[in-house]
Amino acid sequence: MRKLFVAAIAAVFLAGCASQETQPEAPIDDKAAATASAGGATTSGVGGSGVGGTTASGGAVGTTGTGGSPLRDPANILSKRTVYFDYDSFVVKDEFRPLVEAHARYLVANRGTRMIIQGNTDERGSREYNIALGQKRADAVKRVMTLLGAQEAQIETVSFGKEKPKNAGHDESAWAENRRGDIVYAGE
Amino acid sequence: MRSLLRTFLLLLSFTLLPALPARAQLTIEIVGGAGTTIPISIVPFESEATWPLGITGIVGADLARSGLFRLVDYAGITPRPARPEEVRVADWRARGADAVVVGSMRALQDGRVEVRFALVDATKASVLASQVYTVMPAQFRATAHRIADVIYEKLTGAPGVFSTRIAYITKQGSRFSLQVADADGHDPQTIVSSNEPILSPRWAPDGSRIAYVSLEQKKPVVYVQSLSTGGRQAVANFRGSNSAPAWSPDGRTLAVTLTRDGGSQIYLMNADGGNVRRVTQSAAIDTEAYFMPDGQSLLFTSDRGGSPQIYRMSVGSGTVERVTFEGSYNVTPRPLPDGKGMVFVRREGGRFQVATMDFATRQVQVLTQGPLDESPSIAPNGKMVIYANEQGGRGVLAAVSTDGRVKQRLSSTATDVREPAWGPLARP
Repeated sequence: MRKLFVAAIAAVFLAGCASQETQPEAPIDDKAAATASAGGATTSGVGGSGVGGTTASGGAVGTTGTGGSPLRDPANILSKRTVYFDYDSFVVKDEFRPLVEAHARYLVANRGTRMIIQGNTDERGSREYNIALGQKRADAVKRVMTLLGAQEAQIETVSFGKEKPKNAGHDESAWAENRRGDIVYAGE
Repeated sequence: MRSLLRTFLLLLSFTLLPALPARAQLTIEIVGGAGTTIPISIVPFESEATWPLGITGIVGADLARSGLFRLVDYAGITPRPARPEEVRVADWRARGADAVVVGSMRALQDGRVEVRFALVDATKASVLASQVYTVMPAQFRATAHRIADVIYEKLTGAPGVFSTRIAYITKQGSRFSLQVADADGHDPQTIVSSNEPILSPRWAPDGSRIAYVSLEQKKPVVYVQSLSTGGRQAVANFRGSNSAPAWSPDGRTLAVTLTRDGGSQIYLMNADGGNVRRVTQSAAIDTEAYFMPDGQSLLFTSDRGGSPQIYRMSVGSGTVERVTFEGSYNVTPRPLPDGKGMVFVRREGGRFQVATMDFATRQVQVLTQGPLDESPSIAPNGKMVIYANEQGGRGVLAAVSTDGRVKQRLSSTATDVREPAWGPLARP
């Protein structure tokens, strides 16, 4: 009930935001506008008075709702998507091997399926260096999958560095939750 | 139930946000001063009270905030001098002022205002600098910053940076905004906002564009945005991550970190995204490139030696030399404008601190205490470093002089402020 209530309020909030973002069109030369997703950025200049701007937002890429997919079945290991790492480490630990191997097998069995692995770090250290560290974690997960037969082209690895923590806390237990690689299938 | 109410109020406050002033202004205060300061008196200009927003108050605030000046009271001196020849040495000797600023303002027929000022050596009553500006009242702030720049340069020998701008990222609720404000925090403008993180804003050398990294496409993509039109272009949006933009001194080339060929490596590209070429060739992390002021070499961070350290690479020959050796974590190199040293971040005993290094002597001076200092950006005169840190779980900005003496705190009403970038002297 509480979750539902919060979600309703959040929906009101998002709707409010969306209406606030409507601004006059400005010249936007954005090679990627076609694939802009829910992040929805609003840009402006800083010229004197009338600042131009535009809202680039759109639906997520691909489709949603794959009823009956093993990827969504809570009883299936494929519904587990996160690989956690030790501090300063890029090694896929043994406890996460079954998870990574299951996804690798799924990719091998479904050659048309693609995924993104998002690497993340804890909050300590340089933002840009952490982007590179998160990338190394995502790459480590990918390597396990390609060694098991998944194809290079099926997996894109990207990094959020320390920018998108799962746990906003500032202690070791929060950091442990944030040192991770998340698996996201295309269309999700 | 109480936490439910709190959640509701929190969400309610977010829904109300757009109705409130969207910009959170930075206010800057001095929290530690230089050992010696220049005593100076800024006498209100003749007829200045005619206009609601004056000029001398802003000049005085600029100079005091730099930490290099001490404002000397002018009260009791009658008549107040407005021209250099009206400055009497005896008046100022008694008050200990080394310099006095006098001036006058006069309304012109066309609505503009003539602003005259002179900087006078109070010990000899000789004129050190004088200037006449004809401006609209809306330009009073800018005029005051220019006067402060002239005074600062005349008395310290380094260019003033009061007319420059700063960029930074705010996080308000779940909304990230890249903002640009005057160097004193005034007049903040949002140039891009997103529900996904934005980082690494970098000014083009002419101040007309800003490069930055946005995660709005669910991956790091490098954009270049014009400040005059707001128009922008995704200049690096390759497979994998695209990050760490840095401008060449001529503004024609960007260094970026891409992972399109494997790990994080440094590439150069034209500022419009064309002519991409890889410049580092390692199996390690190479990132955070920054051009040296002569454009001939790059400083960057690499873990090729086992721990993150700072290296320097010649753009022409590709020759790489290691710059930092002490400690196990040295990152985020930012060369000083004279090319003789750099500011960087090091980790010492678990604390992240901003430090300087002199290239010739390899001497390191730690400027800040940490524990979570990051993202230093050097003022274009090389005298101050603005950086981000954390207080009570909130991101805040601070500044420190490159000699470590002057410390400033920049407070904001925004939840979180990070990623400061000090703009160039040039304003398009």
